Amino acid sequence: MPQQMTGAEMVIQALIDQGVTDIFGYPGGAVLPMYDAIFQQETVRHILVRHEQGATHMAEGYARSTGKVGVVLVTSGPGATNAVTGLTDALMDSVPIVCLTGQVATPLIGSDAFQECDTVGITRSCTKHNYLVKSVADLPRVLHEAFYIAQSGRPGPVLIDIPKDVQFAMGTYYGPTEIEATRHKSYRPQVEGDTRLIEAAVDMMLRAERPVFYTGGGVINAGPEASQHLRELAELTGFPVTSTLMGLGAFPGSNPQWLGMLGMHGSYEANMAMHDCDLMINIGARFDDRITGRIDAFSPGSRKIHVDIDPSSINKNIRIDLPIIGDCGRVLKEMVRIWRSKTNQPRTEAIAPWMKQIDGWRAKNSFGFQNSSTVIKPQYAVQRLYQATKDRDVYVTTEVGQHQMWAAQHFPFEMPNRWMTSGGLGTMGYGLPAAIGVQVAHPDALVIDIAGEASVQMTMQEMSTAVQYELPVKIFILNNERMGMVRQWQELLHGGRYAHSYSESLPDFVKLAEAYGGVGIKCDDPAKLDDAIAEMINVKRPVLFDCLVEKHENCLPMIPSGKPHNEMILPDFKGDVGKVIDAKGRELV
Amino acid sequence: MNAHLQATGSVYSLAPETQTPERHTLSVLVDNEPGILARIVGLFAARGFNIDSLTVSETEHEKGLSRITVVTVATPKVLTQIKLQLERLVPVHKVHDLTAEGKALERELALVKVASTGEPRAEALRLADAYRAQIVDATTESFVFEITGKPSKIDSFIAIMVPLGLVEVVRTGLAAISRGPEGM
Repeated sequence: MPQQMTGAEMVIQALIDQGVTDIFGYPGGAVLPMYDAIFQQETVRHILVRHEQGATHMAEGYARSTGKVGVVLVTSGPGATNAVTGLTDALMDSVPIVCLTGQVATPLIGSDAFQECDTVGITRSCTKHNYLVKSVADLPRVLHEAFYIAQSGRPGPVLIDIPKDVQFAMGTYYGPTEIEATRHKSYRPQVEGDTRLIEAAVDMMLRAERPVFYTGGGVINAGPEASQHLRELAELTGFPVTSTLMGLGAFPGSNPQWLGMLGMHGSYEANMAMHDCDLMINIGARFDDRITGRIDAFSPGSRKIHVDIDPSSINKNIRIDLPIIGDCGRVLKEMVRIWRSKTNQPRTEAIAPWMKQIDGWRAKNSFGFQNSSTVIKPQYAVQRLYQATKDRDVYVTTEVGQHQMWAAQHFPFEMPNRWMTSGGLGTMGYGLPAAIGVQVAHPDALVIDIAGEASVQMTMQEMSTAVQYELPVKIFILNNERMGMVRQWQELLHGGRYAHSYSESLPDFVKLAEAYGGVGIKCDDPAKLDDAIAEMINVKRPVLFDCLVEKHENCLPMIPSGKPHNEMILPDFKGDVGKVIDAKGRELV
Repeated sequence: MNAHLQATGSVYSLAPETQTPERHTLSVLVDNEPGILARIVGLFAARGFNIDSLTVSETEHEKGLSRITVVTVATPKVLTQIKLQLERLVPVHKVHDLTAEGKALERELALVKVASTGEPRAEALRLADAYRAQIVDATTESFVFEITGKPSKIDSFIAIMVPLGLVEVVRTGLAAISRGPEGM
């Protein structure tokens, strides 16, 4: 039944009707009516953050670990501008977010009022869609539409800017089932793949001799069933599987067909398989430059199938032989059905020489490293963390840099939605708030942020949020007192001139944790690492774990910028890494 | 390398890989909502696409639809991206590449101010008549002509007015529509 209520009450009612149970926000002048509405109900729980960027990353962590829409509520002006980084991050990584911002009252818009900014103008290019709601009559439709747009097609962030007078105005509220316009009037992404094209794809797969599945975040976004279909298809075909950073967990890390992550810091076997394959089956990945390396030398001998829900991803970077537009889960399901209708046999025999070749590459042990008994190697720390937590219900987030890549290399996943990282935008400071968002969604799970000491300081204030809501996130800091990836690139490209890539004054992380009301643990001895990790896991409070690691470890293997997949720097490289990249490669990021 | 498997019937079939930029006219059907023009223009700016001309106006008031005509210069591969990126925008209903779909009708309107006296003034008047330009303002020493037609016709009219005392020109940009019975 349509009800009369204020705009602010409509917002909360719409959240309830959309099944939202938790939102992340920070109050301010332009959102006071909405906070008043929050105060008068108990269905939606509000998590008070310490900075609006934290709210957006929490919503991302919440969304990526549940498949639900993450919701952010912030005030006008600085509240909105502080949210921009997280919105951009969510856009790049296709995370469904609804961000509600307050705005100055409609008569004041454009007058340079206090805490006014052009929120829809600023966020137009960092949201999937955004709205400025100037009349309370439009509000119910816009609210429901925003949830529809955020999670349909390629997911992304949607922002609704609500002026303060609209929040106070009385109007008629309609629930999502009561109005036709709950779905947008024209936005209808194609989700069903074209059966003829899927058949053509299966025919190509049935003839392939050197196939590889290259999967991405699209499989995760398509829901847990998509991962099941991928596993089934891999078993039916016998084909090897690699994945982008965003797609880790869709295929089990323990499966013998698993090649490890591909790309700039991916495994040798995954990158060589991509380079030498005769059929590449891309499921929900977008040929990002971290994956392709040099485009004109990318997988020169292969035919390429690309399954994506976003038509603009097709042929954007790499020419595709067979594009299939649709939801990865539905297309994978169809592939399984059609494969079954044609054969009961995997192509084990036909691809045996290929698998043997892959085993040869695998034998290079490209994630290998020289361990030490005196200093903790960062890779070793991640491996021990994995060993200590693998039998638990564990979720991992990361910041951005070397530690992120080491986590991706050495912490395998068996399930989707367990790995939250900032891939596209590469946002330092993502991991700590994302972990908090994950913990809000999964209160009993073990949630670990594998962090670097530089990144984590960008959003450190959210420790206070974790303590306030008793969210026992574990911040596992690989502390090399360096911005490790920047340092590594300076070694590779700038003659080892380490301009500003180290920290001359770091906080005492143990004392810092205690100052926030959390627990601090410090470890610098490989022999004591396991005990320290066990202590961290057993503490039921937020922990900052200061793991002092080797300061100059390079993250390898690596495809140097401007090089193709088959020219990786492997861990046993003996030459001068400063001479690997030529002048042209140096221009690339 | 990958050219041996083509024409799978997909609407997203491959654009030929040439590097020659071509001028294309796109017709974009959009919801007439605040900010839509900024969205379109912002997309072109953010992704480094060119806009040669842009015309926008509401065309179907009851349905709240506007038609935007964009003239752009790009390689075939980039043209495909432009179309697909435009279609990604939530308020965009359809994008048609009128140039690719066949010879479209293209019209533009210009107002041309010419100030002169004596023989040049008389010559300007005669030429305006030849081009079927209307006089929409006149003083003893100036005219404003209104001229409609293909952009090439307007270009030529403007060029011919230069020596006859051309003061200034405004042009609407292109309006284009496909030929034949089919609508968008």
